[in-house]
Amino acid sequence: MQAFLQNLINGLALGGVYALVALGYTMVYGILSFINFAHSEIFMFGAFAGLFVALQLMGAHDPMLVLMIVMLAAMAACMLLGAIVERFAYRPLRSAPRLNVLITAVGVSLLLQNLAQYQFGSTPRTFPSIIQTIPLLGGSDLVVTNIQVLVILVSAALVAGLTYLVNRTKIGTAMRAVSYDIDVASLMGIPTDRIIVFTFMIGSALAGCAAVLYGLSYPKIEPMMGVNIGMKAFVAAVFGGIGSLTGAAVGGLLLGLAESFTVYYISSTFRDAIAFAVLITVLLVRPSGLFGVIRKEKV
Amino acid sequence: MSPQVAQLIKVTVFVAVLWVVSQVLDQYLNAYYLRVLVNCGIAGILALSLNLINGCAGQFSLGHAGFMAVGAYVSAGLTTVYPATEFLHSALGVGLAIGIGGIAAGVAGYLVGLPSLTLRGDYLAIVTLGFSEMIRVLFLNIQSLGGARGMYGIPTQSNFFWVYLWLGITFLVLWRLLKSFRGRAILALRDDEIASEAMGVNVSHYKVVSFAISALFAGVAGGLYAHYQGYIDPPSFDFNRSVMIVIMVVLGGMGSLSGAVLGAFLVTILPESLRVFEDFRLIIFPLLLIGMMLIRPKGLLGHREIWEFFKRGKT
Repeated sequence: MQAFLQNLINGLALGGVYALVALGYTMVYGILSFINFAHSEIFMFGAFAGLFVALQLMGAHDPMLVLMIVMLAAMAACMLLGAIVERFAYRPLRSAPRLNVLITAVGVSLLLQNLAQYQFGSTPRTFPSIIQTIPLLGGSDLVVTNIQVLVILVSAALVAGLTYLVNRTKIGTAMRAVSYDIDVASLMGIPTDRIIVFTFMIGSALAGCAAVLYGLSYPKIEPMMGVNIGMKAFVAAVFGGIGSLTGAAVGGLLLGLAESFTVYYISSTFRDAIAFAVLITVLLVRPSGLFGVIRKEKV
Repeated sequence: MSPQVAQLIKVTVFVAVLWVVSQVLDQYLNAYYLRVLVNCGIAGILALSLNLINGCAGQFSLGHAGFMAVGAYVSAGLTTVYPATEFLHSALGVGLAIGIGGIAAGVAGYLVGLPSLTLRGDYLAIVTLGFSEMIRVLFLNIQSLGGARGMYGIPTQSNFFWVYLWLGITFLVLWRLLKSFRGRAILALRDDEIASEAMGVNVSHYKVVSFAISALFAGVAGGLYAHYQGYIDPPSFDFNRSVMIVIMVVLGGMGSLSGAVLGAFLVTILPESLRVFEDFRLIIFPLLLIGMMLIRPKGLLGHREIWEFFKRGKT
């Protein structure tokens, strides 16, 4: 039972990070219908931004304040990067076939990876432990750390905030309109380009925050770190029904749980396969994911 | 002279010329260039075969490395793991093993093709990606095939001649296929699935068949790769390799056979030729890729074949 609870907590903490990254994929997909491969690299940049800011501020200030600043800085850096990528790589391809946008996304992803490797070197760095890891529940078998609680709470808050933004605010309405039909939205006077940049920025900010949370829990930062997380998060988004915010959040959590239980009960080498096994099973039963909408194709 | 005889003569001449060229290259070309050329050939087979799914049938597969892995592991398993007889180390034995690897990959392709009946577009892409990752993790866990350490001591029997012979075979088979009524059905699938179904094309049959054929050749490429390198490990068949093959197809022009080969050569040679830029090499390659997509979105050749560009003036 204790092992079960422990895996539940570990899975939720990992799933929270997946969910935040998955939201970025799903939002971009919802609007532009392409897989933004560069999103995983934005996550990686967020981790590096967090690392550098943390190294500057650590020690001199109150840890919680530093953590806040680091998170905000990482989010801001990612927003900027997301906006740049959208503006220079994706916007010129707005009317091109989707496959081209996809290849461009792969290109941007490779570019950012290699730039990071060139700039930061490929040796892994340690993410500073901004706040001390304290076991809140110090049982013999069950350990819940403050970091895990923090990850779960922050991801929950961000998901709630995003849901509010998308469903209750004016710009959220515009986002949904653009995602529903970009041409009609622009006829209704919605500045579609601005909304798309905004969507990229929000998604990237979530990735930046996820990166800091990830860095706190798994403090190994390297230029290729985004690849694996990005793929998992994308699987989570598809599995939840790509384009659906609830789907991405639920998918991320479920995937985190599935992984954590697989590692414990089966084997850690199957860790990467389980995500896909779950995904394929779900898609064979529900071809558009858990919360996805099936759009009827008309002739 | 009947057309069959003419065809036979053409093929014989091709093989003979290839043989002579391979002998000459073996003698006079330095080992590094030869290696790059052989890698180009292997990439060419992969791109040609993926082109059948992505370019001709209009499906989207992101899991080609998985089929390659099946071919590589099955063939290398046959020639390396089991009691090494003389025969299995000879060119003929390795050739047979590569063929069997190809067939195994074809079966895998058939199985992976089945979900394509219900899934479309990106969902299909992700499922194929998922299958290829699962294949990779599977090989990672089979200890008798080397597991995470990889597989050593594979007899290095494949060379320039065999790789380019298979490239020729792949090209010829796909070319003849696309000119046949079955090929037309596959192309119709790409152009409009619903309309082609209404015209009596058995959509699901052709989807699965194109996956199986494509996977078969990818498996052969995997076998050739394994028996050229002499060493394989699961990370050689990861997501990145699948993406690279997709890039080759898109760069060359979707649906164009010669385009796929051109794309394969470019994607293989470019990173090598950019070595003069040293550290910037890895930054320039993606920049070229992005620039290419911005300037010429249809790929270098578009839907057409390379020789159609030279004929344009006449027609």
